[in-house]
Amino acid sequence: MDKKVKIYSTPTCPWCIRAKQFLRENNIAFEEYDVSSDSQALEEMIRISGQMGVPVLDIDGEIIVGFDKERIREVLGLS
Amino acid sequence: MKIYELIIIGGGPSGITAAVYAARKRMDFLLITKDIGGQAAWSGAIENYTGYQFISGPELVNKFEEHMRKFDIVVKENEEVTEIRKEGDIVYIKTNKNVYQSYTVIIASGKRSRELNVKGEEEFKNRGLTYCATCDAPLFKDKNVAVIGGGNSALDATLQLIKIARHIYLINNMEHLGGDAIMREKIENNPLVTIMNESEVLEIIGDKMVKGIKIATKGKEEIIPVEGIFVEIGLIPNSEFVYGVEKNSLGEIIVNCRNETNIPGVFSAGDVTNVPEKQIIIACGEGAKACLSAFRYLSQKRFEENR
Repeated sequence: MDKKVKIYSTPTCPWCIRAKQFLRENNIAFEEYDVSSDSQALEEMIRISGQMGVPVLDIDGEIIVGFDKERIREVLGLS
Repeated sequence: MKIYELIIIGGGPSGITAAVYAARKRMDFLLITKDIGGQAAWSGAIENYTGYQFISGPELVNKFEEHMRKFDIVVKENEEVTEIRKEGDIVYIKTNKNVYQSYTVIIASGKRSRELNVKGEEEFKNRGLTYCATCDAPLFKDKNVAVIGGGNSALDATLQLIKIARHIYLINNMEHLGGDAIMREKIENNPLVTIMNESEVLEIIGDKMVKGIKIATKGKEEIIPVEGIFVEIGLIPNSEFVYGVEKNSLGEIIVNCRNETNIPGVFSAGDVTNVPEKQIIIACGEGAKACLSAFRYLSQKRFEENR
């Protein structure tokens, strides 16, 4: 039932911090990949999103680039 | 259509502070913004906001937002203003989603990164080309990169990259680097940095991602292979959508010490204005002043109408 949420981020990016905070506030479990230290994750992120901007969210295969609150809400079915 | 007492444009330090003041005055108002925090959200370390010896940009913005949300405020987020025009007593505000009417407006729309306006820039945005070193520098570990610019923000980006990248080409169109001497010295003596003065960017080159940058140094053209390009050539005010308001040669909205523009009822605050010094704490103070001015304007108008 629960959707699998992955977030690709760097420790310094403000929108990454806010995106993770948003997920926590909504009690959404997620896997976190730090693309500044994990080069494999960085390649994966570029492959799925076709770009290098962080954060990238992968919600059950649905790719969201940036902290797009409205789309995250929509894909996760949050009110 | 409903006519608000006040509409605040922008959700950075200035707009949020204006909103807190307006809420406490129980004004009937709206805040329209693309995002919360504006440029402040991108700041790394803030060490000059009184009360906090050290706080990060995102943390301070969270505190601002928390404070604002304590009140029952209508915030239209992810909404972009495309036109502001005053006709008669009413300010008309057009956005990408709606049209609003108000008796007063506070324009606190801030500034954004200046773009290079060269071939390849649009295509390679977020594909190696970025305007935020704080965000994206860590992605370029052991890679060759270029920083464009010669002022403090370019120097700051270069210093961040020294710890991460393999080699940095600092591409500056002036004869010498600007910015603070203390930062300049650290860069000038670092073997990881090649400073290229009097150098102009001609084109960003790549296929899927950035592969290089074409520049002309004192007229001589060359292509430098880099995977990352950090554009740090200053900021421009978000003021294009405001009509009839006086602006200076930089495009900043001209305000007096009461945050009044040349149009009665149209106020402006923060980095989008000609206020000297662009600082978070100054933007906050300006937002407060602008709100109090708008409040006074409304009371006076009402007083005159009822007389």
